[in-house]
Amino acid sequence: MSGSARLPGLFSAWVASLARRVGLGMLAVTLALVLGGCASGPHANPVDPLEPFNRTMFDFNDALDKSVLKPVATTYRNLVPNLVRRGVGNFFGNLEDAWSVVNNLLQLKGEGTASSFMRVAVNTTIGLAGILDVATEMGIERYSEDFGQTLGYWGVGTGPYVVLPLLGPSTLRDTVALPVEWRGDLVVQQDDIALRNSLSALRLVDKRAKLLSLGQLMEEAALDKYTFVRDAYLQRRRNQVFDGNPPEEPQPESFGTEGK
Amino acid sequence: MLRRLVNQLLSLLMGSLACLALGNAQAADEAPDAMVLRLSNEVLQAIRADPALQNGDLTRIIALVDSKIMPNVNFQRMTASAVGPGWRQASPEQRRRLQEEFKTLLVRTYAGAINQVSELSVAIKPLRAAATDREVLVRSEIKGRGDPVQLEYRLEKTPGQGTGWMIYNLNVLGVWLVETYRSQFAQEISVKGIDGLIASLVERNKANAKKT
Repeated sequence: MSGSARLPGLFSAWVASLARRVGLGMLAVTLALVLGGCASGPHANPVDPLEPFNRTMFDFNDALDKSVLKPVATTYRNLVPNLVRRGVGNFFGNLEDAWSVVNNLLQLKGEGTASSFMRVAVNTTIGLAGILDVATEMGIERYSEDFGQTLGYWGVGTGPYVVLPLLGPSTLRDTVALPVEWRGDLVVQQDDIALRNSLSALRLVDKRAKLLSLGQLMEEAALDKYTFVRDAYLQRRRNQVFDGNPPEEPQPESFGTEGK
Repeated sequence: MLRRLVNQLLSLLMGSLACLALGNAQAADEAPDAMVLRLSNEVLQAIRADPALQNGDLTRIIALVDSKIMPNVNFQRMTASAVGPGWRQASPEQRRRLQEEFKTLLVRTYAGAINQVSELSVAIKPLRAAATDREVLVRSEIKGRGDPVQLEYRLEKTPGQGTGWMIYNLNVLGVWLVETYRSQFAQEISVKGIDGLIASLVERNKANAKKT
């Protein structure tokens, strides 16, 4: 590591490079663990065959979050003015919109492609490289799409629920999509190592800061945090793939409240 | 000409008085999407008008929930749905306690989100239901400073009761409340039974109460 990389840069460098390397090996690891981490017995959940492995990963991520990421994000939220944080969020949102253009196109969604393209065009120019979210003020809708959703749109099933180290909840399909996601991620594609790591770290901290109150809610609302996160994640993902219109699942029977 | 106008006015007046006299049960039930819009706006207005609510005063929040929201929710159905097959075996006392503790859990934890509500506006999406449907899905969008948040309700038709429609499930960003609690409840029940579930809920509520 060059001497000019500061401590946050070092940590994020480790995270970013680990994530890249882990991503390529992830597929092999996951496949190997499918057998090893499979749950069996009366409590096995058909939607979560890798539950033992997932719970271990979840606890690991949770501990790391509590000890490192959450304190950093809290400090970020307390020290950095709201306006600046919004600018940061908008900047990264603009990069996401650029990737959404590609994925909308891959899903043959004309309106989504055009709208995302307009957003990027407006925000990058008038919005000063994405820091100002002018497009939302103008009413140009956001059509968020990523490669995992593209695969889902074209019929690829989610596969089992997988909790990835550091990266958090995912599914087999979304894990396989990761290398492609990283190709489309302008931050990861930066050649300048210090810049890439600083941006990655900033984006991570900003995202975590946005989720601080939600995290608090989860601590209180969930009886079992792991199950809560899993079910919320899977429902949310399904909702995203179907753009807010998932096909109706069969409604479960009413348990003895009818006819009362 | 004037006589006709006066007659029309009189019949209009009589008609309105008749409607008022007959009350809710006889008047046409409100459409479910209109009901959700009215309810959402009433709740938002109540929150905007009351700084104590925005500060998270739990007594006031519970009062708001009890007065405006609960009359329009079939909470028994929600709880029964989340508890699952175990509900059938539960005694009336156990059912009462489950509902009580589940309600406390929800109100307490989601009360924390109230202070972010003041800048929000609600938009209802067009209703896609046949006139004879007994269960409908109402889709709405909450617009704040960031991306709009999708908020949806499932309502069942209850003619003559309340406004004619009762909510029995809701989702935020595609995550359904009942489904999310169902797996957690099922886990508790399979290990500890219904009483164990009630105990866990009580414990969680106590822990949350200590924090406020």
